[in-house]
This record gives sequence, C-alpha cells and structure tokens, in this order.
Amino acid sequence: MSDITIKIKDREGEVHEVQAPTDMAMNLMEVVRSYELAPEGTIGVCGGMAMCASCQCYVTSDHKLPEMSYDEDLMLAEAFNVKDNSRLGCQIPMTFDLDGLEVELAPEV
Amino acid sequence: MIQTDILIIGAGPTGLFTVFEAGLLKLKCHLIDALPQPGGQCAEIYPKKPIYDIPGFPEVLAGDLVDNLMKQIEAFEPGFTLGERAETIEKQEDDSFIVTTNKGTKHQAKVVAIAGGLGSFEPRKPQLQNIESFEDKGVEYIIRDPEIYRGKRVAIAGGGDSALDWSIFLADVADEVTLIHRRNEFRGALDSVEKVEELKKLGKINLITPAEVKELHGNGKLESISIKQEEDIINLELDHFIPLFGLSPKLGPIANWGLEIEKNAIKVDNTLDYQTNIPGIYAIGDVNTYPGKLKLILCGFHEATLMCQSAYKRIFPDKKYVMKYTTVSGVDGFDGSRKEAEKAVVKSIN
Repeated sequence: MSDITIKIKDREGEVHEVQAPTDMAMNLMEVVRSYELAPEGTIGVCGGMAMCASCQCYVTSDHKLPEMSYDEDLMLAEAFNVKDNSRLGCQIPMTFDLDGLEVELAPEV
Repeated sequence: MIQTDILIIGAGPTGLFTVFEAGLLKLKCHLIDALPQPGGQCAEIYPKKPIYDIPGFPEVLAGDLVDNLMKQIEAFEPGFTLGERAETIEKQEDDSFIVTTNKGTKHQAKVVAIAGGLGSFEPRKPQLQNIESFEDKGVEYIIRDPEIYRGKRVAIAGGGDSALDWSIFLADVADEVTLIHRRNEFRGALDSVEKVEELKKLGKINLITPAEVKELHGNGKLESISIKQEEDIINLELDHFIPLFGLSPKLGPIANWGLEIEKNAIKVDNTLDYQTNIPGIYAIGDVNTYPGKLKLILCGFHEATLMCQSAYKRIFPDKKYVMKYTTVSGVDGFDGSRKEAEKAVVKSIN
C-alpha cells in the first residue's frame, strides 16, 4: 500500500480521516478536492501554482513539512487569516513521512 | 442596446475562441467580462506561467496564448464590454435574451454562451473594521480610473504585481504615494521591484515595510490610516487607500439566473451541445459540469466549437449548413480580410 492517512478539518469544523496516495504526485490541496471537502471553486483556484492562497491550511500536527518556497512564503504574506502554522496545501506533496498529518482548512475569503 | 448573435459572458480563452468558431459560421459575437482586460485567469493570475497541454504548442505562456487568441479572432471584430459584470438576464418574446451589466449596459442576443470560468473576479478585501463604510469614499479595491488620484495622497497595500505596477504608475500622477507591505520582499516581477526601489530613492514612493494597515479613520470619508510597522504605529493622512490583495472568483449573479447548478458549476448537456436547462443559454469551459468534466483549456475549445454549431441552428433554424474545413474554405473576416491556402501551381510536363 502506498497510501497514507491524513486528518482534515473542513471549513465547517468537521474532521475527516482520509487515505491519500503517495504515488500519484498529489498534493494536499488535490487530496481535499478529490474527497470534495471544500466546494469546487473555493479551493485550488489557481490550479496549484501558489498564486491564490485559496488552499491555505493550518498544520496542527508536528510533522516535518517540506521547506516553504519563496513563492509560497510571499503568497502567504498577502493572504488573510494567516497564522504561524499556515501553509498552502498545493505546496505539500503527499509523501510517506506525512502519514498521520493533521490539518485544518483556513476560512474562505 | 448592443445587439449581437452570440453574447459571450467571460473573455477567457474559451470565450475568445468561441468568437473564432462563431465567425466561421458568420455569427457575430460580443463579450462581457468583469476584468478590465481580456484573457480571464490566464491574463489576471498567471500570464507568465507556461502551459504545456495546448495542442500544437509544446509550450506557451498563458499571456501569449491570450495574445494569440486575440490575433486569431481579430478579423471577426468581436465587441467587448470590459470591467462590467453580467448581472441580469431577461428572456424576450422573440426568444432572444437581454443581459444587463452592473453598470446598466444592455446587450441583446439570440444565444448566450456563459464562458465564465470560476466566476467573475471580485477583489479580496482586507479584514479591517469599518472598511465597508469607506468604500468609494476613499477606499477602492480596483483602480478603474487613475485620473481620480491626480494630485491626491494615496496609499496602496499589497505585495504582488498590481500593487507594484500601480505604485509605479501613480508615482507620476498622485501627489504622494505610499506602498505598504507585510514583508520587505515583493512577489512581483523583478523589474517592477527594481523600479519601485528606484522611485523610493528618488522620494517618489514612500515605502513602509514590513508593515500592515490596522485601522481606518475618517468622518464620512477616509482621512487617515494607522499602520503598524513592527512595534511602531504610524498615522498617515491621505485621500485614498487602495488595498490590492488579488482577486477571487465568485459565480455571482449567474447563480440566480435559474440555471441548474451543481458544485458551483452550471450543468449542461454534454451529449449534444453544452446547452443548459434554459434553451438558448449555453455554458462552456470551466464554468460547466457534466459527467467526466475536465477543467482544461483544450476541453473549453472543443465545447465552444460544438456549441457554435448548435447556436447556428437556433439562430437560423431553416438554413442548411455543413461544417467546413479552414484548409478548404479559408477564413473570411468580417473586416473584409481573407485568409486562404495558396493555390498549388500545376504545370504540365511536356
């Protein structure tokens, strides 16, 4: 099995435990979309280029995440409701070491 | 009243290509878009990003794709209502539709093609208390007419291209330009960043970073803002505050047109012609949904092509028509231009 388990709290506060494949080059934003945990058109608006911040999420577990790219960092600098644990879901690829990851989707703006 | 054959809502790649396919059928098009320029997301969000899945283009920048589409449809003389959002639709007795924008511009057509992508782009508003009470009273989220800032004191907030570009532009127009951003680094194009730096040295742009606007003050109209820069609070007197934090798409008023909506998209008949539940209204490109839908530009082009054939039958129910190849028939523009393949010269060999 190449799947990992992720806990995602949606914008209504409901927690979903989902399986995410690690062999499909998927990122967290795409996992959220594939499980329809946020309405289409409210997440991944730019398609995953770190250019819109519609996939902002708060990482609540202490997993070691890939380092933030310059693009992601500066996009978050313009986003709203940003916290210290904010990341863009589209910039978090699904890898084995993220098994058990817990995130919360940031409010829609 | 603007009259046309096909009224296209949304001037992104799908809407633009519709003009070409309609033009081959001698149908005239007019486009409405909430953004001030054509190109939709390609022009607004990622003009400098390469796209790799446009058939025949191994690689094309989104902005260049839009430029090429504009060139391709030029001969079909499309009309544009830009910077206005399609607000209402009314069906007429003769089966045509009248679409009115938020600014009251009226358009009439037998066929309406919604190519609205994810919806019309609305500015993202910073969460500042009482900001709404200052809207159009000193707070603007989109610059529509730069002349209103002539001789005024203006502050812009944001760190992307539009914040940089407008700061540069207004440095020559406004009396005072202040640019405020949460970071010292900017996300915009390098040459824009360098230009701002240069203008800062010349004293034409007052740069405040890393900082954030915290409060708006005024009585009936905006008079000053409070800016938090690290531990300091700066009070800046001004006439206009322009937060430029990007745009996010909203389906908007189209959602109330009586169309069947599923997952923020318009349901269409994909087995035939991408018509919606209202005959005469079609939805093509990212705005529609059907089983197996993919939100790809190339799919939008295909949908636009089939839609135009159906639109033709609706507009001219009694006319016979067979699809023609451009290699055979060439392209006859509405401007009198003609493109056609060179005739082969056949010479007999004696």
